[in-house]
Amino acid sequence: MHLTGAQLTVRLLERQGISLVAGIPGGANLPLYDALSQSRAIRHVLTRHEQGAGFLAQGMARATGKTGVCIATSGPGVTNLLTAVADAKLDSVPMVCLTGQVASPLIGTDAFQEVDTYGMSIPITKHNFLARSAEELLFIIPEAFRIAASGRPGPVLVDIPRDVQLQMVDATVLPEPGRADTPLLPDPAEVARAARMINEAERPLLCLGGGVIHAGAGGAALQLARRADMPVAATFMGLGAVPTDDPRYLGMLGMHGARATNYVVAECDCLIVAGARFDDRATGRADSFCRDARVIHVDVDQAELNKIRCADAPLRGDVLATLSALLPLVEERDHAAWIGRVEELKSEHPLVAPGAQDPRTPYGLVACTGDLLDGSEIVVTDVGQHQMRTAQIYPFRRPRQWISSGGLGTMGFGLPAAIGAALAEPGRKVVCFSGDGSLLMNLQELATAAETGANVTIILANNQSLGLVRQLQDMLFEGRRYATSFTCAPDFAAIARGFGIKAFDLSLSHDPLQTLRTALDYPGPVLVNAPVSADAPVYPMVPPGAANTEMIGGERHVRA
Amino acid sequence: MFAPDSRPAPADAPNTAVPQDTGFTVLDLIVSNHPGVMSHVCGLFSRRAFNVEAILCMPVGDGLSRILLLVPSEERLTQMIAQAMKLRDVHEVRTDASLAGIFDRLRKVVGWNGVS
Ligand SMILES: Cc1ncc(C[n+]2csc(CCOP(=O)(O)OP(=O)(O)O)c2C)c(N)n1
Repeated sequence: MHLTGAQLTVRLLERQGISLVAGIPGGANLPLYDALSQSRAIRHVLTRHEQGAGFLAQGMARATGKTGVCIATSGPGVTNLLTAVADAKLDSVPMVCLTGQVASPLIGTDAFQEVDTYGMSIPITKHNFLARSAEELLFIIPEAFRIAASGRPGPVLVDIPRDVQLQMVDATVLPEPGRADTPLLPDPAEVARAARMINEAERPLLCLGGGVIHAGAGGAALQLARRADMPVAATFMGLGAVPTDDPRYLGMLGMHGARATNYVVAECDCLIVAGARFDDRATGRADSFCRDARVIHVDVDQAELNKIRCADAPLRGDVLATLSALLPLVEERDHAAWIGRVEELKSEHPLVAPGAQDPRTPYGLVACTGDLLDGSEIVVTDVGQHQMRTAQIYPFRRPRQWISSGGLGTMGFGLPAAIGAALAEPGRKVVCFSGDGSLLMNLQELATAAETGANVTIILANNQSLGLVRQLQDMLFEGRRYATSFTCAPDFAAIARGFGIKAFDLSLSHDPLQTLRTALDYPGPVLVNAPVSADAPVYPMVPPGAANTEMIGGERHVRA
Repeated sequence: MFAPDSRPAPADAPNTAVPQDTGFTVLDLIVSNHPGVMSHVCGLFSRRAFNVEAILCMPVGDGLSRILLLVPSEERLTQMIAQAMKLRDVHEVRTDASLAGIFDRLRKVVGWNGVS
């Protein structure tokens, strides 16, 4: 059986079990699109910008854990895609990007729509390929999926010149689909050493990152925490790893973590970090972070161990396998004094969320939405104050419920990622908290939402400003606000309707809570415009360069 | 894998070990020989702000190449090795300060005596 390179690629995608891809066609990937048009197993979602396609694929991947696929044409198609690729790299999201390239003989001639895709994608992918023949695709495509999903996941880009897409290749024998390598097991001696440290600790604390979500290790983490009688904090990426209402749960640590969380973390004598990388937003000033604690660091990526913080016990391995190996070696403990201290700090320094009862306030929007839903929903955000508020107070109940751009912090992530999550998990409602600055960065994807009927409720905390940056100007630049306020105030409800999307405006509602409920019950894309005050900083906040215990704001006594 | 002392020195390598106090060592990498692998390796060092003094790359057969990098032996080197090991086309990394002599001889070829 002979196929073109494009047909072979589609065939291999089908064998990978891919049923949904997102992208935009153009001259250099037309053979691929022609082949896609003949596939009955794969549905293509046409986005309105390649960045949208990248984030849509990410939404699918983050919601399901399976590798997402996006497609772009050469030149501007690729450059538009790159932000979403970099975002996937920093948050370790498995993704395969297929890009068209000018025909091989034209590479290097500054041909129409030629850019050095291979060169540009090296620093922001886990790996990349330039296919030099259709035959190579037999190896490259499954290998791309293997790499994307193995160990620490990440984006893989495959650049396919147009002539390679058209070249005939013998496809009588097709390769096995690429699968994630078997989970890496930790060194038993290191595990035993780490278990001893936990057993010797008086104030142990477990901190969970995105690697726990990826490995499906939330349950094992909670078991470990119960056995060793220790509290559990989460990084931004680890939200949802354990339910927020679990008595051991402390909340998110770091730059916008609750005071109690950062204080408790600072007092532990043994810090077990799992699937997290000591990011500066999580640790604050690294050399002040848990200075006197012994550190056990579990990560599948060797290069993360001892990168920022030297670990007393670096454990390289799959997080689930490693926590499971630790479990039987950890003694059942009762750290009554420590847990008492934790409870004391929690009640003295809780997270203060002004206006949480009122859906017309920025915190209230988040809190009331959480109250109205049952936990089966997926929560996506854009980037800014609305994102931090959601991270701070949303009642997360399960892993993969939370989808947000952490490492790159990319405005414009929310809407396309929400569409991707909704299409990948059609049984779930997807809520997308956005800000007016962020929504405008990928607004065109409202068309994709309308066309696909994705079950997304966009809740727009509209403060007519780049709120989080404005807050930084207030705090760090003596309130000199510059380039952070919008004087043009678009009518977002009208814009949504213009795309054929249902819209509500909370400012026009006599019963905002009821309106919110109606919008959340509505199946299919819907936008809720919620005008909110721009003068509502997110507290507490650890200033740049400060230790996590040196937070500004968010004290309980200033509660209005 | 990271093997400190597993590979023989190149046949004509000087057997006089370079004094350790030069502050430099050599990273010895076995990589897939394909266009792009140099970009992967060099890009890794430049984007992580780790200086590479000199580079040598030669095919060694079996679809492999060997890359020698003259690098400062500083604390962050371990981290760089760990990062290099993550590159899919990098199969082996080891450090061997004794290989620095190769670069001393190259210095004569390129016409700089190393004093500036
Ligand atoms: C693509 C991109 N550009 C710039 C920034 C810097 N930035 C971070 S938050 C922010 C403001 C976000 O405004 P908005 O989406 O309205 O959310 P708000 O903070 O008002 O809730 C900006 C400009 C960014 N994170 N991403």
